[in-house]
Amino acid sequence: MTPFKFSIADNPTAAIAALTKNDHAAFLGGGTNLLDLMKEHVTNPTEIVDLGKLAFKEIKNTSSGISLGALAKNTDTANHPTIRKDYPLLSKAILAGASAQIRNMATNGGNLLQRTRCSYFYDIAMPCNKRQPGSGCAAIDGFNRMHAVFGWSDKCVAVYPSDMAVALSALNASVKVMAQNSTERTIAIHDFHLLPNDHPEKDNSLKHGELITSIEIPKNNFAEHSAYIKVRDRNSYAFALVSVAVGLEMNGNVIKAANISMGGVAHKPWRATNAEQALVGKAAVLANFEKAAEAEMRLARPLSHNKFKIEMGKNTLINALEAAYKG
Amino acid sequence: MKQNKTQLTPEEKKLFGDLMPEDLEEVIHSGFNRRHFVKLMGLATAGLLASHLIGAEQLFARSLDLEEIPDLIPEAIENGVTVNFKVNSSLSKVTVDSRMTLLDTLRERIGLTGSKKGCDHGQCGACTVIVDGNRVLSCLTLAASCEGKSVITIEGLAKENELNPMQSAFLKHDGFQCGFCTPGQICSAVALMKEAKEGQASFITKDIREHRQGIMLSEEEISERMSGNICRCGAYPNIVAAIKEAQSGKSIEQSWLFAG
Repeated sequence: MTPFKFSIADNPTAAIAALTKNDHAAFLGGGTNLLDLMKEHVTNPTEIVDLGKLAFKEIKNTSSGISLGALAKNTDTANHPTIRKDYPLLSKAILAGASAQIRNMATNGGNLLQRTRCSYFYDIAMPCNKRQPGSGCAAIDGFNRMHAVFGWSDKCVAVYPSDMAVALSALNASVKVMAQNSTERTIAIHDFHLLPNDHPEKDNSLKHGELITSIEIPKNNFAEHSAYIKVRDRNSYAFALVSVAVGLEMNGNVIKAANISMGGVAHKPWRATNAEQALVGKAAVLANFEKAAEAEMRLARPLSHNKFKIEMGKNTLINALEAAYKG
Repeated sequence: MKQNKTQLTPEEKKLFGDLMPEDLEEVIHSGFNRRHFVKLMGLATAGLLASHLIGAEQLFARSLDLEEIPDLIPEAIENGVTVNFKVNSSLSKVTVDSRMTLLDTLRERIGLTGSKKGCDHGQCGACTVIVDGNRVLSCLTLAASCEGKSVITIEGLAKENELNPMQSAFLKHDGFQCGFCTPGQICSAVALMKEAKEGQASFITKDIREHRQGIMLSEEEISERMSGNICRCGAYPNIVAAIKEAQSGKSIEQSWLFAG
Protein backbone atom coordinates (compact mmCIF):
# COMPACT_ATOMS: atom_id res chain seq x y z
CA MET A 1 0.00 0.00 0.00
CA THR A 2 1.15 3.54 -0.63
CA PRO A 3 1.17 5.81 2.45
CA PHE A 4 -2.11 7.43 3.42
CA LYS A 5 -3.45 9.73 6.10
CA PHE A 6 -5.96 7.96 8.33
CA SER A 7 -8.86 9.48 10.23
CA ILE A 8 -12.07 8.28 11.83
CA ALA A 9 -15.05 10.46 10.92
CA ASP A 10 -17.24 11.63 13.80
CA ASN A 11 -20.18 12.61 11.60
CA PRO A 12 -21.25 12.33 7.94
CA THR A 13 -20.63 16.02 7.22
CA ALA A 14 -16.97 15.70 8.23
CA ALA A 15 -16.59 12.50 6.21
CA ILE A 16 -18.07 14.08 3.07
CA ALA A 17 -15.99 17.25 3.54
CA ALA A 18 -12.77 15.23 3.74
CA LEU A 19 -13.48 13.58 0.39
CA THR A 20 -14.67 16.80 -1.22
CA LYS A 21 -11.35 18.41 -0.31
CA ASN A 22 -9.24 15.55 -1.69
CA ASP A 23 -9.89 13.79 -5.01
CA HIS A 24 -7.66 10.93 -3.84
CA ALA A 25 -9.40 10.28 -0.52
CA ALA A 26 -11.57 7.20 0.03
CA PHE A 27 -14.20 6.06 2.52
CA LEU A 28 -13.48 2.90 4.50
CA GLY A 29 -16.44 0.67 5.38
CA GLY A 30 -15.56 -2.96 6.00
CA GLY A 31 -12.43 -2.66 3.85
CA THR A 32 -12.76 -6.18 2.43
CA ASN A 33 -12.41 -4.94 -1.16
CA LEU A 34 -10.65 -1.59 -0.66
CA LEU A 35 -7.69 -3.01 1.28
CA ASP A 36 -7.21 -5.75 -1.28
CA LEU A 37 -7.21 -3.18 -4.11
CA MET A 38 -4.73 -1.02 -2.20
CA LYS A 39 -2.38 -3.95 -1.60
CA GLU A 40 -2.42 -4.64 -5.35
CA HIS A 41 -1.89 -0.92 -6.08
CA VAL A 42 -5.01 -0.91 -8.24
CA THR A 43 -6.17 2.05 -6.19
CA ASN A 44 -3.86 4.30 -4.19
CA PRO A 45 -5.78 6.71 -1.98
CA THR A 46 -3.70 9.31 -0.13
CA GLU A 47 -6.30 9.57 2.61
CA ILE A 48 -8.67 7.07 4.25
CA VAL A 49 -11.75 8.17 6.15
CA ASP A 50 -13.06 5.39 8.41
CA LEU A 51 -16.87 5.42 8.59
CA GLY A 52 -17.07 2.95 11.49
CA LYS A 53 -18.31 5.51 14.02
CA LEU A 54 -21.18 6.89 11.93
CA ALA A 55 -24.82 5.94 12.44
CA PHE A 56 -26.53 4.42 9.35
CA LYS A 57 -26.31 0.93 10.90
CA GLU A 58 -30.03 0.48 11.52
CA ILE A 59 -32.37 -1.83 9.65
CA LYS A 60 -35.90 -0.57 10.08
CA ASN A 61 -39.39 -0.97 8.72
CA THR A 62 -40.73 2.03 6.84
CA SER A 63 -44.23 2.83 5.60
CA SER A 64 -43.24 1.69 2.11
CA GLY A 65 -41.02 -1.29 2.94
CA ILE A 66 -37.69 -1.65 4.70
CA SER A 67 -34.61 0.52 5.02
CA LEU A 68 -31.13 -0.98 5.29
CA GLY A 69 -28.47 1.19 6.90
CA ALA A 70 -25.51 1.59 4.56
CA LEU A 71 -23.11 0.73 7.37
CA ALA A 72 -25.03 -2.29 8.67
CA LYS A 73 -22.97 -5.43 8.19
CA ASN A 74 -23.96 -7.98 5.55
CA THR A 75 -24.31 -10.67 8.24
CA ASP A 76 -26.72 -8.61 10.33
CA THR A 77 -28.73 -7.71 7.24
CA ALA A 78 -29.05 -11.29 6.00
CA ASN A 79 -30.08 -12.47 9.47
CA HIS A 80 -32.46 -9.68 10.37
CA PRO A 81 -35.78 -11.40 11.25
CA THR A 82 -37.84 -9.13 8.96
CA ILE A 83 -35.46 -9.58 6.04
CA ARG A 84 -35.49 -13.36 6.48
CA LYS A 85 -39.27 -13.47 6.70
CA ASP A 86 -40.38 -10.86 4.14
CA TYR A 87 -37.34 -10.48 1.86
CA PRO A 88 -35.76 -13.98 1.88
CA LEU A 89 -34.36 -13.38 -1.59
CA LEU A 90 -32.04 -10.74 -0.14
CA SER A 91 -30.92 -13.03 2.71
CA LYS A 92 -30.17 -15.83 0.27
CA ALA A 93 -28.20 -13.59 -2.07
CA ILE A 94 -26.09 -12.07 0.71
CA LEU A 95 -25.36 -15.52 2.16
CA ALA A 96 -24.33 -16.78 -1.28
CA GLY A 97 -21.48 -14.30 -1.34
CA ALA A 98 -17.99 -14.45 0.13
CA SER A 99 -17.51 -16.16 3.52
CA ALA A 100 -18.84 -15.71 7.06
CA GLN A 101 -15.70 -13.75 7.99
CA ILE A 102 -16.08 -11.35 5.06
CA ARG A 103 -19.83 -10.93 5.59
CA ASN A 104 -19.12 -10.02 9.22
CA MET A 105 -16.91 -7.17 8.02
CA ALA A 106 -18.61 -6.01 4.82
CA THR A 107 -21.12 -3.16 4.93
CA ASN A 108 -24.20 -2.87 2.73
CA GLY A 109 -22.99 0.34 1.09
CA GLY A 110 -19.53 -1.12 0.55
CA ASN A 111 -21.02 -4.23 -1.01
CA LEU A 112 -22.67 -2.08 -3.70
CA LEU A 113 -19.36 -0.30 -4.35
CA GLN A 114 -17.14 -3.36 -4.68
CA ARG A 115 -15.21 -3.46 -7.92
CA THR A 116 -14.87 -6.10 -10.60
CA ARG A 117 -12.59 -9.09 -9.98
CA CYS A 118 -11.48 -9.12 -13.66
CA SER A 119 -7.89 -10.36 -13.43
CA TYR A 120 -6.70 -7.79 -15.96
CA PHE A 121 -8.17 -4.98 -13.84
CA TYR A 122 -6.28 -6.41 -10.84
CA ASP A 123 -2.96 -6.83 -12.65
CA ILE A 124 -1.40 -3.37 -12.92
CA ALA A 125 1.04 -4.60 -15.58
CA MET A 126 -1.92 -5.07 -17.93
CA PRO A 127 -3.84 -2.51 -19.95
CA CYS A 128 -7.29 -1.86 -18.48
CA ASN A 129 -9.65 0.97 -19.37
CA LYS A 130 -11.39 0.68 -16.04
CA ARG A 131 -8.17 1.16 -14.07
CA GLN A 132 -6.44 3.49 -16.52
CA PRO A 133 -8.82 5.05 -19.06
CA GLY A 134 -7.49 4.85 -22.61
CA SER A 135 -4.98 2.06 -21.97
CA GLY A 136 -7.13 -0.60 -23.66
CA CYS A 137 -8.89 -3.80 -22.61
CA ALA A 138 -6.73 -6.91 -22.25
CA ALA A 139 -9.71 -9.16 -21.55
CA ILE A 140 -11.51 -8.82 -24.90
CA ASP A 141 -8.89 -10.94 -26.65
CA GLY A 142 -7.51 -12.50 -23.47
CA PHE A 143 -8.79 -15.10 -21.01
CA ASN A 144 -12.40 -14.02 -20.71
CA ARG A 145 -14.16 -17.10 -19.40
CA MET A 146 -15.50 -15.20 -16.36
CA HIS A 147 -16.57 -12.13 -18.32
CA ALA A 148 -19.73 -10.53 -19.67
CA VAL A 149 -22.20 -11.82 -22.23
CA PHE A 150 -24.57 -8.84 -21.98
CA GLY A 151 -24.08 -5.09 -22.25
CA TRP A 152 -20.32 -5.04 -22.76
CA SER A 153 -18.52 -2.54 -24.98
CA ASP A 154 -15.23 -2.67 -26.88
CA LYS A 155 -13.78 -0.71 -23.96
CA CYS A 156 -14.60 -3.21 -21.20
CA VAL A 157 -16.02 -6.73 -20.82
CA ALA A 158 -15.75 -7.02 -17.02
CA VAL A 159 -18.58 -8.30 -14.83
CA TYR A 160 -19.87 -6.84 -11.61
CA PRO A 161 -19.28 -9.23 -8.68
CA SER A 162 -21.92 -8.56 -5.98
CA ASP A 163 -24.61 -11.14 -5.18
CA MET A 164 -26.49 -8.80 -2.86
CA ALA A 165 -26.98 -6.25 -5.63
CA VAL A 166 -28.54 -8.87 -7.91
CA ALA A 167 -31.28 -9.44 -5.34
CA LEU A 168 -31.66 -5.68 -4.78
CA SER A 169 -32.10 -5.25 -8.53
CA ALA A 170 -34.86 -7.89 -8.61
CA LEU A 171 -36.48 -6.20 -5.59
CA ASN A 172 -36.50 -2.70 -7.21
CA ALA A 173 -34.43 -1.19 -4.41
CA SER A 174 -33.14 2.36 -4.37
CA VAL A 175 -29.98 3.88 -2.93
CA LYS A 176 -30.07 6.98 -0.72
CA VAL A 177 -26.97 9.14 -0.81
CA MET A 178 -25.83 12.26 0.99
CA ALA A 179 -23.64 14.98 -0.50
CA GLN A 180 -22.22 18.29 0.71
CA ASN A 181 -24.46 20.53 2.85
CA SER A 182 -26.39 17.37 3.84
CA THR A 183 -28.26 17.38 0.51
CA GLU A 184 -29.73 13.98 -0.23
CA ARG A 185 -30.76 12.20 -3.38
CA THR A 186 -32.21 8.79 -4.15
CA ILE A 187 -30.96 6.68 -7.04
CA ALA A 188 -32.93 3.69 -8.36
CA ILE A 189 -30.76 0.56 -8.21
CA HIS A 190 -31.15 0.18 -12.01
CA ASP A 191 -29.58 3.61 -12.48
CA PHE A 192 -26.98 3.15 -9.77
CA HIS A 193 -24.65 0.73 -11.54
CA LEU A 194 -23.65 1.60 -15.10
CA LEU A 195 -22.85 -0.32 -18.27
CA PRO A 196 -19.28 0.31 -19.46
CA ASN A 197 -20.03 2.08 -22.79
CA ASP A 198 -17.13 4.51 -23.33
CA HIS A 199 -16.44 5.07 -19.62
CA PRO A 200 -15.78 1.77 -17.83
CA GLU A 201 -13.82 3.68 -15.17
CA LYS A 202 -17.22 4.73 -13.83
CA ASP A 203 -18.76 1.71 -12.08
CA ASN A 204 -21.73 3.67 -10.80
CA SER A 205 -23.43 7.05 -10.79
CA LEU A 206 -22.10 8.09 -7.39
CA LYS A 207 -20.10 11.32 -7.44
CA HIS A 208 -16.82 11.56 -5.52
CA GLY A 209 -17.62 12.54 -1.95
CA GLU A 210 -21.20 11.28 -1.97
CA LEU A 211 -21.93 8.93 0.90
CA ILE A 212 -24.46 6.10 0.73
CA THR A 213 -26.68 6.37 3.81
CA SER A 214 -29.25 3.63 3.21
CA ILE A 215 -30.77 1.18 0.76
CA GLU A 216 -34.57 1.23 0.53
CA ILE A 217 -36.58 -1.81 -0.54
CA PRO A 218 -40.28 -1.44 -1.32
CA LYS A 219 -42.78 -4.00 0.00
CA ASN A 220 -43.40 -6.92 -2.33
CA ASN A 221 -45.40 -10.12 -2.61
CA PHE A 222 -42.46 -12.37 -3.47
CA ALA A 223 -41.64 -13.84 -0.07
CA GLU A 224 -43.45 -17.14 -0.75
CA HIS A 225 -41.91 -17.59 -4.19
CA SER A 226 -38.35 -16.42 -4.44
CA ALA A 227 -35.01 -18.06 -5.20
CA TYR A 228 -31.36 -17.20 -5.63
CA ILE A 229 -29.33 -19.74 -7.59
CA LYS A 230 -25.60 -19.24 -8.02
CA VAL A 231 -23.42 -21.35 -10.30
CA ARG A 232 -19.68 -21.23 -9.67
CA ASP A 233 -16.47 -23.18 -10.06
CA ARG A 234 -16.68 -24.49 -6.52
CA ASN A 235 -19.59 -24.90 -4.16
CA SER A 236 -18.92 -21.97 -1.89
CA TYR A 237 -16.65 -18.93 -1.41
CA ALA A 238 -16.33 -18.18 -5.12
CA PHE A 239 -17.72 -15.59 -7.51
CA ALA A 240 -20.62 -16.43 -9.81
CA LEU A 241 -20.20 -17.69 -13.33
CA VAL A 242 -23.94 -17.08 -13.57
CA SER A 243 -26.42 -16.29 -10.84
CA VAL A 244 -30.16 -15.68 -10.98
CA ALA A 245 -32.48 -13.94 -8.51
CA VAL A 246 -36.19 -14.58 -8.99
CA GLY A 247 -39.27 -13.23 -7.24
CA LEU A 248 -42.66 -14.49 -8.41
CA GLU A 249 -46.11 -13.35 -7.41
CA MET A 250 -48.56 -16.16 -8.03
CA ASN A 251 -52.29 -16.30 -8.58
CA GLY A 252 -52.88 -20.00 -8.18
CA ASN A 253 -50.80 -21.53 -10.97
CA VAL A 254 -50.63 -18.30 -12.98
CA ILE A 255 -47.70 -15.88 -12.73
CA LYS A 256 -49.05 -12.46 -11.80
CA ALA A 257 -45.65 -10.76 -11.64
CA ALA A 258 -42.07 -11.90 -12.18
CA ASN A 259 -38.93 -10.00 -11.24
CA ILE A 260 -35.71 -11.58 -12.49
CA SER A 261 -32.13 -10.33 -12.29
CA MET A 262 -28.89 -12.02 -13.29
CA GLY A 263 -25.36 -11.81 -11.88
CA GLY A 264 -22.02 -12.75 -13.43
CA VAL A 265 -23.17 -11.81 -16.93
CA ALA A 266 -22.79 -8.03 -17.19
CA HIS A 267 -21.15 -4.87 -15.85
CA LYS A 268 -24.15 -4.47 -13.53
CA PRO A 269 -26.97 -6.69 -12.22
CA TRP A 270 -28.75 -7.66 -15.44
CA ARG A 271 -32.50 -7.28 -15.19
CA ALA A 272 -33.96 -10.04 -17.39
CA THR A 273 -36.87 -8.01 -18.73
CA ASN A 274 -37.43 -10.25 -21.77
CA ALA A 275 -37.79 -13.30 -19.54
CA GLU A 276 -40.12 -11.36 -17.22
CA GLN A 277 -42.39 -10.29 -20.10
CA ALA A 278 -42.55 -13.85 -21.38
CA LEU A 279 -43.87 -15.06 -18.02
CA VAL A 280 -46.51 -12.56 -16.90
CA GLY A 281 -50.01 -14.03 -17.18
CA LYS A 282 -48.62 -17.46 -18.05
CA ALA A 283 -48.91 -20.75 -16.18
CA ALA A 284 -45.91 -21.74 -14.05
CA VAL A 285 -44.92 -24.77 -16.11
CA LEU A 286 -41.55 -25.92 -17.41
CA ALA A 287 -42.36 -25.13 -21.06
CA ASN A 288 -43.02 -21.48 -20.18
CA PHE A 289 -39.87 -21.29 -18.03
CA GLU A 290 -37.88 -22.62 -21.00
CA LYS A 291 -39.43 -20.06 -23.35
CA ALA A 292 -38.65 -17.22 -20.95
CA ALA A 293 -35.03 -18.34 -20.50
CA GLU A 294 -34.68 -18.61 -24.27
CA ALA A 295 -36.15 -15.13 -24.76
CA GLU A 296 -33.53 -13.63 -22.44
CA MET A 297 -30.42 -15.54 -23.50
CA ARG A 298 -31.16 -15.10 -27.22
CA LEU A 299 -29.72 -11.58 -26.93
CA ALA A 300 -26.44 -12.65 -25.31
CA ARG A 301 -23.16 -11.81 -27.10
CA PRO A 302 -20.52 -14.24 -25.85
CA LEU A 303 -16.76 -13.66 -25.99
CA SER A 304 -14.13 -16.15 -27.13
CA HIS A 305 -14.05 -18.15 -23.86
CA ASN A 306 -17.52 -17.83 -22.37
CA LYS A 307 -20.01 -19.26 -24.87
CA PHE A 308 -20.91 -21.79 -22.17
CA LYS A 309 -22.60 -19.00 -20.24
CA ILE A 310 -25.49 -18.96 -22.72
CA GLU A 311 -26.52 -22.55 -22.00
CA MET A 312 -25.62 -22.11 -18.34
CA GLY A 313 -27.69 -18.93 -18.20
CA LYS A 314 -30.72 -20.68 -19.66
CA ASN A 315 -30.46 -23.62 -17.29
CA THR A 316 -29.88 -21.39 -14.27
CA LEU A 317 -32.89 -19.24 -15.20
CA ILE A 318 -35.06 -22.36 -15.50
CA ASN A 319 -33.76 -23.82 -12.22
CA ALA A 320 -34.31 -20.53 -10.41
CA LEU A 321 -37.86 -20.18 -11.78
CA GLU A 322 -38.69 -23.74 -10.71
CA ALA A 323 -37.18 -23.19 -7.26
CA ALA A 324 -39.07 -19.91 -6.83
CA TYR A 325 -42.36 -21.47 -7.89
CA LYS A 326 -41.90 -24.32 -5.41
CA GLY A 327 -41.09 -21.69 -2.75
CA MET B 1 -5.07 -38.20 31.91
CA LYS B 2 -5.26 -36.38 35.25
CA GLN B 3 -8.81 -35.56 36.24
CA ASN B 4 -9.30 -31.97 37.22
CA LYS B 5 -11.91 -32.06 40.00
CA THR B 6 -12.18 -28.33 40.53
CA GLN B 7 -15.45 -26.80 41.68
CA LEU B 8 -17.25 -24.45 39.38
CA THR B 9 -16.46 -20.80 39.97
CA PRO B 10 -19.38 -18.45 40.69
CA GLU B 11 -19.03 -17.09 37.14
CA GLU B 12 -19.16 -20.55 35.63
CA LYS B 13 -22.20 -21.34 37.79
CA LYS B 14 -23.89 -18.24 36.49
CA LEU B 15 -23.10 -19.15 32.89
CA PHE B 16 -24.37 -22.65 33.49
CA GLY B 17 -27.50 -21.34 35.17
CA ASP B 18 -28.18 -19.01 32.25
CA LEU B 19 -27.84 -21.74 29.69
CA MET B 20 -29.04 -24.89 31.45
CA PRO B 21 -30.98 -23.81 34.55
CA GLU B 22 -32.77 -27.15 34.85
CA ASP B 23 -29.48 -29.03 35.37
CA LEU B 24 -27.71 -26.57 37.61
CA GLU B 25 -28.79 -27.99 40.98
CA GLU B 26 -27.87 -31.53 40.03
CA VAL B 27 -24.45 -30.49 38.83
CA ILE B 28 -23.70 -28.49 41.95
CA HIS B 29 -24.71 -31.37 44.23
CA SER B 30 -23.03 -34.20 42.36
CA GLY B 31 -19.86 -32.15 41.89
CA PHE B 32 -19.13 -32.77 38.25
CA ASN B 33 -15.61 -32.06 37.24
CA ARG B 34 -14.79 -29.25 34.90
CA ARG B 35 -14.27 -31.51 31.90
CA HIS B 36 -17.78 -32.86 32.30
CA PHE B 37 -19.02 -29.35 32.77
CA VAL B 38 -17.44 -28.33 29.49
CA LYS B 39 -19.13 -31.25 27.75
CA LEU B 40 -22.50 -30.32 29.18
CA MET B 41 -21.97 -26.78 28.10
CA GLY B 42 -21.31 -28.12 24.64
CA LEU B 43 -24.77 -29.63 24.76
CA ALA B 44 -26.11 -26.18 25.40
CA THR B 45 -24.52 -25.35 22.00
CA ALA B 46 -22.39 -22.64 23.52
CA GLY B 47 -20.69 -23.26 26.79
CA LEU B 48 -17.10 -22.33 27.38
CA LEU B 49 -16.65 -22.11 23.65
CA ALA B 50 -18.55 -18.91 23.95
CA SER B 51 -16.98 -17.85 27.20
CA HIS B 52 -14.38 -15.69 25.50
CA LEU B 53 -17.02 -14.24 23.30
CA ILE B 54 -18.96 -12.95 26.27
CA GLY B 55 -15.83 -11.42 27.69
CA ALA B 56 -13.34 -13.79 29.26
CA GLU B 57 -12.25 -11.12 31.67
CA GLN B 58 -15.76 -10.96 33.13
CA LEU B 59 -16.21 -14.70 33.25
CA PHE B 60 -12.93 -15.48 34.91
CA ALA B 61 -12.54 -12.17 36.68
CA ARG B 62 -9.09 -11.57 35.29
CA SER B 63 -7.35 -8.29 35.91
CA LEU B 64 -6.37 -6.34 32.84
CA ASP B 65 -2.78 -5.18 32.45
CA LEU B 66 -1.88 -2.51 29.96
CA GLU B 67 0.71 -3.83 27.59
CA GLU B 68 2.62 -0.99 25.96
CA ILE B 69 4.22 -2.26 22.80
CA PRO B 70 7.72 -0.79 22.27
CA ASP B 71 7.74 1.88 19.60
CA LEU B 72 9.61 1.44 16.35
CA ILE B 73 12.09 4.10 15.32
CA PRO B 74 10.19 7.10 13.91
CA GLU B 75 11.61 6.50 10.40
CA ALA B 76 9.85 3.13 10.34
CA ILE B 77 6.37 4.64 10.60
CA GLU B 78 4.54 6.96 8.23
CA ASN B 79 1.20 8.49 9.22
CA GLY B 80 1.41 6.93 12.69
CA VAL B 81 -1.80 6.03 14.47
CA THR B 82 -1.91 5.06 18.15
CA VAL B 83 -4.39 2.30 18.81
CA ASN B 84 -5.70 1.14 22.18
CA PHE B 85 -7.40 -2.23 21.97
CA LYS B 86 -7.83 -5.45 23.84
CA VAL B 87 -5.96 -8.54 22.71
CA ASN B 88 -6.86 -11.80 24.46
CA SER B 89 -8.18 -9.86 27.44
CA SER B 90 -5.15 -7.68 28.01
CA LEU B 91 -5.11 -4.05 27.00
CA SER B 92 -2.61 -3.17 24.31
CA LYS B 93 -1.39 0.21 23.20
CA VAL B 94 0.56 0.31 19.99
CA THR B 95 1.57 2.97 17.48
CA VAL B 96 1.34 1.69 13.92
CA ASP B 97 1.84 2.92 10.38
CA SER B 98 -1.66 3.66 9.04
CA ARG B 99 -1.08 0.93 6.43
CA MET B 100 -0.48 -1.83 8.95
CA THR B 101 -3.07 -4.58 9.02
CA LEU B 102 -4.33 -6.15 12.22
CA LEU B 103 -2.61 -9.38 11.15
CA ASP B 104 0.82 -7.77 10.82
CA THR B 105 0.31 -5.89 14.07
CA LEU B 106 -0.51 -9.09 15.95
CA ARG B 107 2.38 -11.01 14.44
CA GLU B 108 5.12 -8.42 14.19
CA ARG B 109 4.41 -5.93 16.93
CA ILE B 110 2.62 -7.91 19.62
CA GLY B 111 4.47 -11.17 18.99
CA LEU B 112 1.37 -13.33 18.57
CA THR B 113 2.38 -15.45 15.60
CA GLY B 114 -0.49 -17.93 15.88
CA SER B 115 -2.62 -16.09 13.33
CA LYS B 116 -1.16 -16.98 9.96
CA LYS B 117 -0.55 -15.00 6.81
CA GLY B 118 -1.68 -17.31 4.03
CA CYS B 119 -2.72 -15.26 1.03
CA ASP B 120 -2.89 -11.76 2.58
CA HIS B 121 -5.83 -11.03 0.24
CA GLY B 122 -8.86 -12.39 2.06
CA GLN B 123 -9.01 -15.60 0.06
CA CYS B 124 -7.89 -18.28 2.53
CA GLY B 125 -9.02 -17.61 6.13
CA ALA B 126 -5.67 -18.48 7.76
CA CYS B 127 -5.65 -15.06 9.47
CA THR B 128 -9.14 -15.41 11.00
CA VAL B 129 -9.45 -13.84 14.46
CA ILE B 130 -12.46 -12.91 16.58
CA VAL B 131 -13.12 -9.17 16.88
CA ASP B 132 -15.89 -8.01 19.23
CA GLY B 133 -17.30 -11.55 19.16
CA ASN B 134 -17.33 -11.99 15.37
CA ARG B 135 -14.85 -13.88 13.21
CA VAL B 136 -13.13 -11.58 10.72
CA LEU B 137 -10.10 -11.59 8.45
CA SER B 138 -7.23 -9.76 10.12
CA CYS B 139 -5.37 -9.37 6.79
CA LEU B 140 -8.12 -7.08 5.49
CA THR B 141 -8.53 -5.15 8.74
CA LEU B 142 -6.51 -1.99 9.30
CA ALA B 143 -5.06 -1.96 12.80
CA ALA B 144 -5.90 1.76 12.89
CA SER B 145 -9.59 0.87 12.68
CA CYS B 146 -9.43 -1.33 15.82
CA GLU B 147 -9.49 1.46 18.42
CA GLY B 148 -11.46 0.26 21.45
CA LYS B 149 -12.12 -3.18 20.02
CA SER B 150 -11.54 -6.59 21.57
CA VAL B 151 -9.52 -9.15 19.63
CA ILE B 152 -9.30 -12.86 20.43
CA THR B 153 -6.61 -14.87 18.65
CA ILE B 154 -5.79 -18.57 18.77
CA GLU B 155 -3.44 -17.80 21.68
CA GLY B 156 -6.39 -16.58 23.73
CA LEU B 157 -8.61 -19.64 23.45
CA ALA B 158 -7.00 -21.97 25.99
CA LYS B 159 -7.55 -21.25 29.68
CA GLU B 160 -4.12 -21.56 31.23
CA ASN B 161 -3.25 -25.25 30.72
CA GLU B 162 -6.78 -26.28 29.80
CA LEU B 163 -7.28 -26.39 26.04
CA ASN B 164 -10.43 -24.92 24.61
CA PRO B 165 -12.81 -27.81 23.80
CA MET B 166 -12.56 -26.93 20.11
CA GLN B 167 -8.77 -27.27 20.26
CA SER B 168 -9.14 -30.64 22.00
CA ALA B 169 -11.63 -31.78 19.37
CA PHE B 170 -9.26 -30.80 16.55
CA LEU B 171 -6.49 -32.80 18.24
CA LYS B 172 -8.69 -35.82 18.81
CA HIS B 173 -9.94 -35.87 15.23
CA ASP B 174 -6.63 -34.95 13.61
CA GLY B 175 -8.27 -31.90 12.03
CA PHE B 176 -5.05 -30.83 10.33
CA GLN B 177 -2.01 -32.05 8.52
CA CYS B 178 0.59 -29.33 8.11
CA GLY B 179 -1.19 -27.20 10.70
CA PHE B 180 -0.75 -23.87 8.93
CA CYS B 181 -4.44 -23.10 8.49
CA THR B 182 -5.42 -24.58 11.87
CA PRO B 183 -5.40 -21.42 14.04
CA GLY B 184 -7.75 -19.76 11.56
CA GLN B 185 -9.90 -22.90 11.34
CA ILE B 186 -10.23 -23.08 15.13
CA CYS B 187 -11.01 -19.36 15.58
CA SER B 188 -13.63 -19.71 12.84
CA ALA B 189 -15.10 -22.83 14.45
CA VAL B 190 -15.31 -21.21 17.89
CA ALA B 191 -17.16 -18.20 16.50
CA LEU B 192 -19.36 -20.57 14.52
CA MET B 193 -20.71 -21.98 17.80
CA LYS B 194 -22.01 -18.53 18.71
CA GLU B 195 -23.54 -18.08 15.24
CA ALA B 196 -25.36 -21.41 15.53
CA LYS B 197 -26.60 -20.51 18.99
CA GLU B 198 -28.02 -17.24 17.66
CA GLY B 199 -29.68 -19.14 14.83
CA GLN B 200 -27.80 -17.41 12.03
CA ALA B 201 -28.61 -18.83 8.60
CA SER B 202 -26.25 -19.96 5.86
CA PHE B 203 -26.78 -20.19 2.09
CA ILE B 204 -27.91 -23.82 2.40
CA THR B 205 -30.22 -23.35 5.40
CA LYS B 206 -33.67 -24.72 4.63
CA ASP B 207 -36.68 -22.61 5.58
CA ILE B 208 -34.63 -19.45 5.79
CA ARG B 209 -37.82 -17.56 6.64
CA GLU B 210 -38.11 -19.36 9.98
CA HIS B 211 -35.72 -18.13 12.62
CA ARG B 212 -34.74 -20.81 15.15
CA GLN B 213 -32.14 -20.35 17.85
CA GLY B 214 -29.66 -22.97 19.00
CA ILE B 215 -29.46 -24.96 15.79
CA MET B 216 -27.51 -28.21 15.67
CA LEU B 217 -25.40 -28.10 12.55
CA SER B 218 -25.38 -30.90 9.98
CA GLU B 219 -22.13 -31.82 8.23
CA GLU B 220 -23.29 -29.93 5.14
CA GLU B 221 -24.01 -26.84 7.22
CA ILE B 222 -20.60 -27.02 8.91
CA SER B 223 -18.89 -27.36 5.51
CA GLU B 224 -20.72 -24.36 4.07
CA ARG B 225 -20.16 -22.20 7.14
CA MET B 226 -16.46 -23.11 7.28
CA SER B 227 -15.91 -22.50 3.55
CA GLY B 228 -14.03 -19.28 4.28
CA ASN B 229 -11.17 -21.37 5.69
CA ILE B 230 -9.20 -23.19 3.02
CA CYS B 231 -7.11 -26.26 3.97
CA ARG B 232 -4.73 -27.25 1.21
CA CYS B 233 -3.96 -30.57 2.90
CA GLY B 234 -7.64 -31.45 2.59
CA ALA B 235 -8.24 -32.22 6.26
CA TYR B 236 -11.87 -31.20 5.83
CA PRO B 237 -13.61 -34.44 6.91
CA ASN B 238 -11.72 -34.42 10.22
CA ILE B 239 -12.28 -30.70 10.72
CA VAL B 240 -16.02 -31.23 10.24
CA ALA B 241 -15.99 -34.18 12.68
CA ALA B 242 -14.15 -32.09 15.29
CA ILE B 243 -16.63 -29.24 15.02
CA LYS B 244 -19.56 -31.64 15.16
CA GLU B 245 -18.23 -33.21 18.34
CA ALA B 246 -17.49 -29.85 19.96
CA GLN B 247 -20.96 -28.61 19.17
CA SER B 248 -22.98 -31.69 20.10
CA GLY B 249 -20.89 -32.75 23.08
CA LYS B 250 -21.41 -36.29 21.77
CA SER B 251 -18.44 -38.40 20.87
CA ILE B 252 -18.08 -38.61 17.09
CA GLU B 253 -16.31 -41.68 15.77
CA GLN B 254 -12.73 -41.01 14.75
CA SER B 255 -12.04 -41.64 11.11
CA TRP B 256 -8.40 -42.52 11.78
CA LEU B 257 -6.23 -44.60 14.10
CA PHE B 258 -2.53 -44.57 14.93
CA ALA B 259 -0.68 -47.25 13.02
CA GLY B 260 0.69 -50.29 14.95
